[in-house]
Amino acid sequence: MAIGWYLTVSALVFCIGAAGVMTRRSPLVILLCLELMLNAANLSLIAFSRMWGNGDGQIFAIIVMVVAACEVCIGLGLVVAMFRRRLPIDVDEMRELHG
Amino acid sequence: MAAVFFFIAGIGAIAGAIGVATVRNPFYAVLALVCHLLSLAALFLLLRAEFIAAAQVVVYAGAVMVLYVFVVAYVGSQDEPVRPAGGPGLRVASIVFATLLAVELFIAVLGSGLKGIDGKGAPYEPGFGSPAAIGELLLTRFLFPFEAASFLLLMAAVGAVVLARRRGGLEGGDEEVVRAIPTRLPKGAGSIAEGVGIINPTADLERPAIGAGAVDADQERGR
Repeated sequence: MAIGWYLTVSALVFCIGAAGVMTRRSPLVILLCLELMLNAANLSLIAFSRMWGNGDGQIFAIIVMVVAACEVCIGLGLVVAMFRRRLPIDVDEMRELHG
Repeated sequence: MAAVFFFIAGIGAIAGAIGVATVRNPFYAVLALVCHLLSLAALFLLLRAEFIAAAQVVVYAGAVMVLYVFVVAYVGSQDEPVRPAGGPGLRVASIVFATLLAVELFIAVLGSGLKGIDGKGAPYEPGFGSPAAIGELLLTRFLFPFEAASFLLLMAAVGAVVLARRRGGLEGGDEEVVRAIPTRLPKGAGSIAEGVGIINPTADLERPAIGAGAVDADQERGR
């Protein structure tokens, strides 16, 4: 398969993830859609790595996976903290940054 | 053959992504993301990135998704309210924005005259994408990003502990639990406080203990 097909799949997944981040309200689902966007970027990085025949893109993809794991860690910690303070699990209700 | 596998995996990835973005129940959204990640790992295999595909399955679809499932089970998989966020106008605007982004990316990908995109990539050499090649690159050319990533992981772990710990005594729900536990035992019940001498069980033995007093009052009412 040509590299362009992989890039097409990557672009589609990225846009679906962006639409999800903008339309959903639960922070859990927003984190999931962020994962989608990061994975779409990973797919295109690995496709370009295959295109050039060297491993730099794959290293980049590994670093992106590390950053995604950190983001999940902090994001889920925030969701758990919101749940324990009896706050609504809804990004529209979280308007004030204090406490 | 590769084309068949590509289309199966690509359709799986896109269907999983649509499922994540549209399913109301967060638990099913997590399952759709697992499907998406497995399909993506198959695409990585088709691109000869064996190590990344294995890491994707083990780390992402395994560990990170287990973390998600735990948090969804802890928070409770409450469905989102149907009312759209900030009125219907904002929702339509965001979908239009995402569609425009897709159109722009398709123009960039398909409309570009780059020769490399239409080809199948560089000729395959044995060892490309293997753990040995990745490890050598990580420890020689990309040593600094590797160390920075490990430090970032450390910071994220410490940050998660700080976020999730209990600060300043008990929080809302726990006080009710503590109140439900009977802390005043009747005198002479043999509690640890009596054992170490904080409470003297023989100080006011004439007065009936709490539980016994209630029983006496009932008996008197019966008489």
